[in-house]
Amino acid sequence: MAERPRIKVPGAAAKGEIIEIKTLIAHGMESGQRADERGKPIPRKIINRFTCEFNGSPVFACDFEPAVAANPYLQFTAKAETSGTFRFTWIDDDGTAITAEESIVVT
Amino acid sequence: MSARPMTRRQAVFAGAGTLTLAFAACPRGVVGAANETAAEIARFTGGTATETGAIAIDIAEIVENGNAVPLAVAVESPMTPDDYVTQILVLADANPQPRVATFHFTPMSGRAEAATRIRLAATENVIVVARTNQGKFYTARKEVKVSIGGCGG
Repeated sequence: MAERPRIKVPGAAAKGEIIEIKTLIAHGMESGQRADERGKPIPRKIINRFTCEFNGSPVFACDFEPAVAANPYLQFTAKAETSGTFRFTWIDDDGTAITAEESIVVT
Repeated sequence: MSARPMTRRQAVFAGAGTLTLAFAACPRGVVGAANETAAEIARFTGGTATETGAIAIDIAEIVENGNAVPLAVAVESPMTPDDYVTQILVLADANPQPRVATFHFTPMSGRAEAATRIRLAATENVIVVARTNQGKFYTARKEVKVSIGGCGG
């Protein structure tokens, strides 16, 4: 996983507003179901977990299985209560993690 | 000795070589894979009965390519600390493994909604089961007709 993930979070929101968050990360999500031309199985290698926290508290998370399509796209919501920072994490089968942050001003 | 025209038997074996190659390109495990959908649901619910009605599944009825099928799920819920959806499990009952994804929510989620893109190996049911913090379970399903299965091939 080398590319930066793409994240869409509104920069500002009203207190109590439910905002939409969209994320996209480049990843082949190798399912483990494929075989190469010689018939040798290609091992599974996917992002298996995504988490979203706000100011350190969990908001949303997702466990991915091999049936999630390549370049996993995720859309979910969050309730805006205070200003702060969203922290997003994607964890690969091999244990590596990619993180990203987005701030929001809530008035 | 005059050359005989190839018999039908010989022609079939010549053609079978090509057919074998085609199946080698097919993802293994798709055809005749063991189906554990009911067991997965039971594991998630612990045997508790599921109710219907609270879940909306947004997915195409027919897709040409099962490689990246958009899916959105939504569960009606107050999403307050007293009463909120904790998890939504998505299954596809004819995939090599039925589990597709599990979404985890908190009251801070605002709504019990999520969207992603999934792989469907063949025409099958997408089954959604939701659990609330009060121990209630809801379920819904939608059949998707798939022309070309998407196990990554």
